[in-house]
Amino acid sequence: MNKLTINRRGLIKSTAVVGAGLAMPHIFTRRANAFTNEPTGSTVTLGFNVPQTGPYADEGLDQLRAYQLAVEHLNGEGDGGMLNTFSSKALSGNGILGKKVAYVTGDTQTKSDAARASARSMIEKDGAVMITGGSSSGVAVAVQALCQEAGVIFMAGLTHANDTTGKDKKANGFRHFFNSYMSGAALAPVLETAYGTDRNAYYLTADYNWGYTTEQAIREATEAMGWNTVETVLTPLAATDFSSYIAPVLNSDADVLVLVHYGGNMVNSLTNAVQFGLRERQKNGKQFEIVVPLYSELMAKGAGANIKGIFGSQNWDWKLENMLGDRYVGTNAFVRSFGEKYGFPPSQAAHTGYVQAILYADAVERAGSFNPCAVAEALEGFEFDGLGNGPTLYRADDHQCFKDVVVVKGKENPEDEFDLVEIVEVTPTEQVTYAPDHPQFAGGELGSCNPGA
Amino acid sequence: MDAIILQVLNGLDKGSAYALIALGLTLIFGTLGVVNFAHGALFMLGAFCAVTLSRLLAISHETADPTRTDFLGNPLKVQTPYVEEWFGPEIGGTIVEWSVPLGILFAIPIMIAVGLAMERGLIRYFYKRPHADQILVTFGLAIVLQEVIKYFFGANPIPTPAPPALVGSLDFGVMIGFDPGSIIYPYWRLIYFVFAAILIAAVFAFLQFTTFGMVVRAGMADRETVGLLGIDIDKRFTIMFAIAAVVAGLAGVMYAPINSPNYHMGMDFLVLSFVVVVVGGMGSLGGAVLAGFLLGVLESFASMPQVTNVVPGINQIVIYLVAIIILLTRPRGLLGRKGVME
Amino acid sequence: MLGLNKKDTSLFLIVVALTVFAPFILNPFPVGSDLAQFNAGYPDLMQRFLIFGIFAIGFNILFGLTGYLSFGHAAFLGVGSYAGVWMMKLLTMNVVPAILVSVVVAGLFSLLVGWISLRRSGIYFSILTLAFAQMSFALAYSVLTPITGGETGLQLSLSDPRVFGVSATPQGSIPLTNFFGLEMRDSAELALGGWLFTFNAGYYLCAVLMLAAFYVAIRIFRSPFGMMLKAVKSNQQRMQYTGLNPKPYTLAAFVISGMYAGLAGGLMVSMDPLAGAERMFWTASGEVVLMTILGGAGTLIGPVLGAGFIKYMENIVSKINEGILHTWFGFLPDGLEDFVVAVFYPFVGKGWHLTLGIMFMLVVIFLPGGIVEGGQRIARLFRRRPARAHERSVGAPSSSAAE
Repeated sequence: MNKLTINRRGLIKSTAVVGAGLAMPHIFTRRANAFTNEPTGSTVTLGFNVPQTGPYADEGLDQLRAYQLAVEHLNGEGDGGMLNTFSSKALSGNGILGKKVAYVTGDTQTKSDAARASARSMIEKDGAVMITGGSSSGVAVAVQALCQEAGVIFMAGLTHANDTTGKDKKANGFRHFFNSYMSGAALAPVLETAYGTDRNAYYLTADYNWGYTTEQAIREATEAMGWNTVETVLTPLAATDFSSYIAPVLNSDADVLVLVHYGGNMVNSLTNAVQFGLRERQKNGKQFEIVVPLYSELMAKGAGANIKGIFGSQNWDWKLENMLGDRYVGTNAFVRSFGEKYGFPPSQAAHTGYVQAILYADAVERAGSFNPCAVAEALEGFEFDGLGNGPTLYRADDHQCFKDVVVVKGKENPEDEFDLVEIVEVTPTEQVTYAPDHPQFAGGELGSCNPGA
Repeated sequence: MDAIILQVLNGLDKGSAYALIALGLTLIFGTLGVVNFAHGALFMLGAFCAVTLSRLLAISHETADPTRTDFLGNPLKVQTPYVEEWFGPEIGGTIVEWSVPLGILFAIPIMIAVGLAMERGLIRYFYKRPHADQILVTFGLAIVLQEVIKYFFGANPIPTPAPPALVGSLDFGVMIGFDPGSIIYPYWRLIYFVFAAILIAAVFAFLQFTTFGMVVRAGMADRETVGLLGIDIDKRFTIMFAIAAVVAGLAGVMYAPINSPNYHMGMDFLVLSFVVVVVGGMGSLGGAVLAGFLLGVLESFASMPQVTNVVPGINQIVIYLVAIIILLTRPRGLLGRKGVME
Repeated sequence: MLGLNKKDTSLFLIVVALTVFAPFILNPFPVGSDLAQFNAGYPDLMQRFLIFGIFAIGFNILFGLTGYLSFGHAAFLGVGSYAGVWMMKLLTMNVVPAILVSVVVAGLFSLLVGWISLRRSGIYFSILTLAFAQMSFALAYSVLTPITGGETGLQLSLSDPRVFGVSATPQGSIPLTNFFGLEMRDSAELALGGWLFTFNAGYYLCAVLMLAAFYVAIRIFRSPFGMMLKAVKSNQQRMQYTGLNPKPYTLAAFVISGMYAGLAGGLMVSMDPLAGAERMFWTASGEVVLMTILGGAGTLIGPVLGAGFIKYMENIVSKINEGILHTWFGFLPDGLEDFVVAVFYPFVGKGWHLTLGIMFMLVVIFLPGGIVEGGQRIARLFRRRPARAHERSVGAPSSSAAE
C-alpha cells in the first residue's frame, strides 16, 4: 500500500515552522493569498467528494478507486495509465508543477447539503485546490456553485442533466461527462433503425431535475424522427415498487416504454416492467420495446437478466478500443492499470473521474499556475485525444466536453460477469453537438472565474 | 375499468408488503410496548437470506478456460457451482434457480435466531425505559444491521429472480371477459399476495385459536393481571417477538424477486410501515392489516396518469394526506384501542 | 445575573466561554500532525455545531418539556431555509432580513402544522407531524421545483433582482452573504507554533444568535410557562381538572420550537446560500430527535452536545480513508500494519454510519440520560460528596427523558 503524505495546508506548514522558530504568533487573513488555498509547500491537495453511503455508494467507491489510480499516475507511480496515450505531454509523472499530489476524500451521501459540507471542509480544513466527483446532478450543481463561490475549480463527476452546463453552469466548473441532450441525439438514430419511425412512446420519468431534462431531450429527439409521445408520467424518487406506474402502460396505445430513471429507481422500474410481460407484448402489430436513456454498468448488474437487449447510452465503455479500434486509444491502457490493481474493469463513473483528474493536472501544468482563473483558461477550448473517448473538445462557452457518445445494448449472452453491455454504435461528435444557446440549455450564465481571495 | 382492476391488484400487492411489516410491528408494539425502529431492518435481513442462499448455492470452483480470455487477456476462469457438479447440471441448475422459495426454509430458523437474540440480548432491557430510548437503541441497531449487510453485499441492488417456472404473467382479463392483454398480472406478484394472505391468516389463527395465543392476547390487554395468574408472560412475549421477526423476514424473502434487494430497503419501508400501523390504530392487528391494504390501493390509484394529470404530485403525498385525514377524523386510527401510546 | 439563578448563570457562562473559545478548543492538534484529522475547528463545521445546536435546543423546548415527540421538525428548518434564500434573491445579501423572515415563515408554518397536529397526542401526534414533513419534502423535491429548486436546491443566480443590493459584483460573481458589509466567509487566522486557529465572521454571528437562543431557552425552562409545559408532560388530565387548557401552552411551545428551527434554517443559508430539499426528509427530522435523546432530553445543554456529536461523526469520521489509516499505523511492521488498518477500516470513511449506529447503542445502553449523564458520572467521580450528586453542574431540571 502506498503511503500518502496528506498535506493539510502547505502554506500554513511553512509559516508554522517560522512561527515555531520565532515563537511568535502570526495573524493573517485569507486575503493575503493570491487565490484560495494557493499551495506553497511541496504538495498539492485535491478533494475527492464521492457518495460513500446511500444508494450510490458503490458507484462512488469505483470513482474513488479511479482517483487513487490517477494520483498514483500523476506522482509517477504505477504504469502511468492514460498519461502514456494522452495527446498533451505536459505531465511528466512528477506530480503537478513539481508538487506531489495528495488527496482527501469525503462523503456526499448524494445529498446537496452533505456534499457541500464535505466540500467546504476540504476547502477550509484541508486546503484543497480542486474538488471533483459525485454521482448525481443535484450534487454536482450544488457543489459547483459552492466552488464558484469559494474560488476553487470543480471537475464534475458523473452528472448527466443538462443543467450542470446549462442553466446552472459556472465559470469554475467543468464537465467531462455527456448530458441529456447528447443521449437523445445519439439514441434517436439508433432507435429509428431498430424500431422504425412509427412508434408510440410512453415515458416514466423520475420526478426531479435530471428526469425533466432527460425526458425533454429524448422526447424532442424522437419526436423529430416521427415518434409520437402518448403519455409522460412523473414518478416519485422515493418509489420502490413501480407496478402501479407500469400497469397503465398496458391500457395505453404505447408500443415503446422509455424509463427515465437512474440508479435503484431504474433497476426497480425495469424489473417491474419485465415482470408485467412488457417485453413479450405485441402492440399495434409491433413488438413492444423498452428504452433506458442512461444506464451504468452497476445498474445493468443490479437489473440482472432484465437488461438484455435494452438500448441506452453511455459516456464510455471499457471495451471501446477492442471493439472499435485506435480512435479510442487510452481505453485499454486505463482498463489494464485499473484492472490489474483492482481485479475488475472500471465503470464509466470511474473513467470520467480519472480523466477529470488528469485533465485538471494537465491544465495546471500548461497554465503554469494553480490559480483557478489560469486553469480555467487552459481548459477552455482545449482539444485533446488519447483519454479513451477519441478527439474531445472542452468548449469554452459552457465548459462541456464534446466527444463521441456510445450507444449500448444489454448483452444477450454475457461472456463473464463484467460483460454486461455490448456497444451498438458510437455516435460521432458532430451529431451530438449543439449550439451554446440551445433552448434546452437556456437561462443561466457562466459568469466570470473566481480565484477566491 | 380494466385499468381500475389492475390498480386494485397492484394495491393489494403493495398492501401485502405493508400489511406484513405493519403486522409484525404492531405485535411488538402491542405485546412488548416497544417502538421498534429496527423492524425494517428485519425485513431487509429476510430479503438477504434469499440472496445469501442463492450465493451459497452458487459456490463454485474455478477452472481456467484457455480458449477464452477475460478483460485483461488472461485465460478466462469459468465458474462451476458445486451443486451442479453433485446433482448434474439439470437438477443442480434447478436448485439454484429455486433459491428464493428455498430461502423461506432457510430464513425461518435464521429469523427466529435473530429475533430471539434481539429480544433477549437487547430489547428486554428497554421495556421499562422511555420510548425515546427505545427509538434511539433500535435505530442504532437498524443502522448497524444495515451497515453489516452493506459491508458484505455492497450498496448496489442484487438481482434475485424468481424461479423461471414462476416468471411470466397471467392473463387475468381473459378469465373475466376482457380483451386479451388488457389485465395481465405477474405470477410472482399473485403468489406474493396469496402468501401474505396465508401468513396473515396464520398469525390471526394462532392468536385466536391456540391457548398460547389466548394468553398473549390477554397479556396484551392486561399484562399485570395475567402475570398475577402465575403465567410466565415474558417468555411468551419473547416468542411473539421471534414470530414478528419471522413475519417480517418472510415478507422480505418473498419480496426479493419483486424488487432487487439492497441494504437500505428496510429504511425505505420503515416510515411507511409506521404510518400504516398508526393509521390502523395502535394495538389493533386487524387495523394494521386493513390500513396496509387501504393505503396500498390508494397509492396505486393516485399514480394513475388520469389522476396525476388532474392533481400533479398527488402520487407523492397521497399516503400522508390520507393518514392526516384519517387521524383527524378518527382519533385512534381505524381500529385503535383506547390508551395505547396516546 | 440576567435574571438567572446562580446555577444557571454558571452554566450559561460556561457555554459562552466554550462558544467564544471554540476555535481553540476544537483545534487541539498541530496542523500537519497525524492527529490533525480530528481537528474540527474549521468554519463550516463550527457553524454547523451551533446551527444544529439551535435546532436541537428548540426541539427540546417542545419534546423535553411537553413530551410531545415531533417527527417532522426538519420541515420548519427547510421552510426557513427557502424563505431565507428567497430574501437573498429578492432583497439583499445582508443576512438580517433572511434570518428574520426565516424565523417568521417557519413560525407561521409551525402554527399551521401544530394547530392541526396537536389535536392528537402520543404517537398519533408524531405521525401527523411526520406526514406533514414528508409531504413538504416530496412536494419541494418535485412539483414545487420552480419555487424550491427541486433536486438541485434553491440557489442564487447572477440574474436575481436583489432590489436593495446588486445582482452581480463588478467581477461578475454573485455577491457574498454579509452582515452589514462583513462577509460571512471572512476569517482571520492565527498561527501559533504548529497550531493554526481560524476565527470566522459567520461563526461568531452564529455564536451570538446561539447564545441568545440558549439564554431564551433557560428562561423558558425556568418560567411559569415552562412549569406549565412540564405539567402537560407529567399529567395532562390533572391539568385539565384544575381548569387549565393545555392546548394553548403546547401550541405555543410548538411554535417557539418551530421558530428555533426556522432560525437554524435561516442561519444555514446565511453561511452557505443554498437550500436543498433533503433537509426536510424524515431522516433529517429523525436526526434532531436523535441529537436530543443522545445528548439528554429535557436537559439544557444535552441537545447541543448531541448535535455536536452527530455532526462531528458525519464530518470528521467520514473523511478518514485508507491512506490516512496507513499513515497513522505506518510505524507498525508491514504485516501488522495491514492487519490493524483492515480492522479499523470498516468503521471509518464509508463505514462512518456503522460507528454512528454503534455509538447510539452504547450511549443509550450505558448512559440512560444521554451524554449529559456521562458528564454527570464523571463529575461525580471527582466530587467527594455523593449526597450532592443529584445537584448537577449542568442543571438538568427534570432529568428523566420524555415519552
